[in-house]
Amino acid sequence: MLEVKNLHVQVDDKEILKGMDITVAPGEVHSIMGPNGSGKSTLAQVLAGRETYEVTEGEITFQGKDILDLEPEERACEGIFLAFQYPVEIPGVANTYLLREALNAKREYRDEKPLKHVEFGKLAKEKMKALGIDEDLLKRSVNAGFSGGEKKRNEIFQMQILEPTLAVLDETDSGLDIDALKIVANGVNSMRDSGRSFIVITHYQRLLNYIVPDFVHVMVDGKIVRSGGKELAHELEEKGYAGF
Amino acid sequence: MAIVFDGTRESYVEGLSEFLDSGQKDAPEWVTTLRREAISGFAKLGFPTLSDEEWRFTNLEALRRGSFSIAENGISGVSRKSVNSYGFPGLDCLRLVFVNGRFASSLSDTGDAGEGILVKSLSEAISEQGDLVKDHLARYADYEKDAFISLNTSYFEDGVFVYVPDGTVFEKPVHVLHVSTDEGRPLFINPRNLIIVGQSSAAKVIEHYVSASQSVYFSNVVTEVVCGENANLEHYRLEFESQKAFNFTTLRVNQQKNSNIASHSVLRGGAIVRNNVHPVLGGEGCNSDIYGLFMSEGRQHMDNFMRVEHASPHCDSRQFYNGVLDDRSKGVFHGRILVHEGAEKTDAKQTNRNLLLSDTAQIDTKPQLEIYNDDVKCTHGATIGQMDEEALFYLCSRGIPMRKAKIIMLRAFTNETLEHMSIDPVRETLERAVMKWFEQRLENGDGR
Repeated sequence: MLEVKNLHVQVDDKEILKGMDITVAPGEVHSIMGPNGSGKSTLAQVLAGRETYEVTEGEITFQGKDILDLEPEERACEGIFLAFQYPVEIPGVANTYLLREALNAKREYRDEKPLKHVEFGKLAKEKMKALGIDEDLLKRSVNAGFSGGEKKRNEIFQMQILEPTLAVLDETDSGLDIDALKIVANGVNSMRDSGRSFIVITHYQRLLNYIVPDFVHVMVDGKIVRSGGKELAHELEEKGYAGF
Repeated sequence: MAIVFDGTRESYVEGLSEFLDSGQKDAPEWVTTLRREAISGFAKLGFPTLSDEEWRFTNLEALRRGSFSIAENGISGVSRKSVNSYGFPGLDCLRLVFVNGRFASSLSDTGDAGEGILVKSLSEAISEQGDLVKDHLARYADYEKDAFISLNTSYFEDGVFVYVPDGTVFEKPVHVLHVSTDEGRPLFINPRNLIIVGQSSAAKVIEHYVSASQSVYFSNVVTEVVCGENANLEHYRLEFESQKAFNFTTLRVNQQKNSNIASHSVLRGGAIVRNNVHPVLGGEGCNSDIYGLFMSEGRQHMDNFMRVEHASPHCDSRQFYNGVLDDRSKGVFHGRILVHEGAEKTDAKQTNRNLLLSDTAQIDTKPQLEIYNDDVKCTHGATIGQMDEEALFYLCSRGIPMRKAKIIMLRAFTNETLEHMSIDPVRETLERAVMKWFEQRLENGDGR
């Protein structure tokens, strides 16, 4: 599904990713762990198409397609979703408006008819219930004045509505209490299936108790230095990143 | 023979006798006296210059060099159909139309306003309700201190007169449409409006300025408002003048005890625009909400000059002004809050936010608090920025095309002010006009 080969990325002439490789097959959950500043979030932003990050070398193919020349909205419509580490507050734009526009942009991309207000409302209510999100949140401005937990849950809610093929969760667990963490994990687990993949970026092993990965990668200084199964996460929890 | 002003102070001073002889022969003596007093005010003041503190960001050289004349062709060139095109679909209202500052009764629908309510042209009111008009006209807008008010008071021909007696809620909004036309030479137009809302009464007035052509003219508007005790007024000033016009406006509000006003300004036209909003909160417990949205492109210059005067205790005022500036246009926000001695428990807030769509657009924003009292709460804040890249990326990352994402962001920004308008058909019409403008702005490419 996703192949990243020898990816080099610069920001303001500073190289952050220094030859990153990762291959994700359909249905797999990969976790990327690593110390602060290792380039985890850079990878997430680059996958979503952030322009401030300059790809100087390497390739990214998604479902057999080179996506480096695609705009962020095209990547989203192709099926990539990024749950932001710091979801952006957009005062004056209602959550429900953003979601309906996003969903219908995606449907238009696939030559499908736009969803009617009523149909969208029904879909949104179903998903919100499962995530324990108050319906009031739909009417509120996107992330504006949300608590940290509400912001992260809102990201998962958006993911559920948009049903991506590949979801990248960038430190979705940071700052969450245990109840919110469980809700977020349930939201992810309920979407796991043989056609959908996840990249779960985290600093802590805690989240992986709830979202059990197929593979764990350790990222240090812009590359993956070790890969293994879920047991690698436990090893990291005990020994830390000092050994890498 | 047309009365022509060559731009010099003398020409405006000396032109008055000709003006009085040509069209004002039947005017009451007190009006003529008022005009003479006002022009002597202008004779002392002249047009302000950049060295004038209140005008340091707005250069009037082009106005001083311009030659303007009084309109003489009447209402020809303006049809009912074109007037209808400036309407607000779905709005049930009274409509008064003025062409180049003169009342066009054949294009107006004054209908039946209701018991005791007067909605008519100011010139009619001067002859029919002379005493009432005399009690208020030029009592608030100071022609001794402001050159543009002096000129307007000297040369006004007409405008709207609204009078709502005590204890009357006037439900129907009044749409006051001022249309300017091209007479082949630049015109000097002085609309003058007077709105009186009695005790515990309410009214909604929409002043709307449009141009039938993209010609050069000098439009100089003065509106005086009296908002009686416990009265409520919602006032709109929608400025869609020619892109080549010089446009100066003063809204002077006299608020009495426990009165409430909401003022909405939307500026879109004009080459050089100055919009003065000056409420005086003159009794205890007044509230003033002042909203503004200005949008400029090309080389437009828009100067928003607020003077919110707290003259009594326990009054609240809120200013929310948003600007969107493109190309090489310039904006000014001058937000003055003046709290008089004795006006304790004043609560005044001011916010000015500006969005620059190009690298060459420019905004000067200047809060000015003048407080002669200890027991007050005054806050102000200003922001200037480009469109939030992070937010655009966030929207795009959800599949929304960049162009659409920008429109969503701009809409959110402009709605911060428009959403406070209580007349839905007006708000919706403006939202459409704003959207149309944005779409033109983003026309090239995919919006990146």
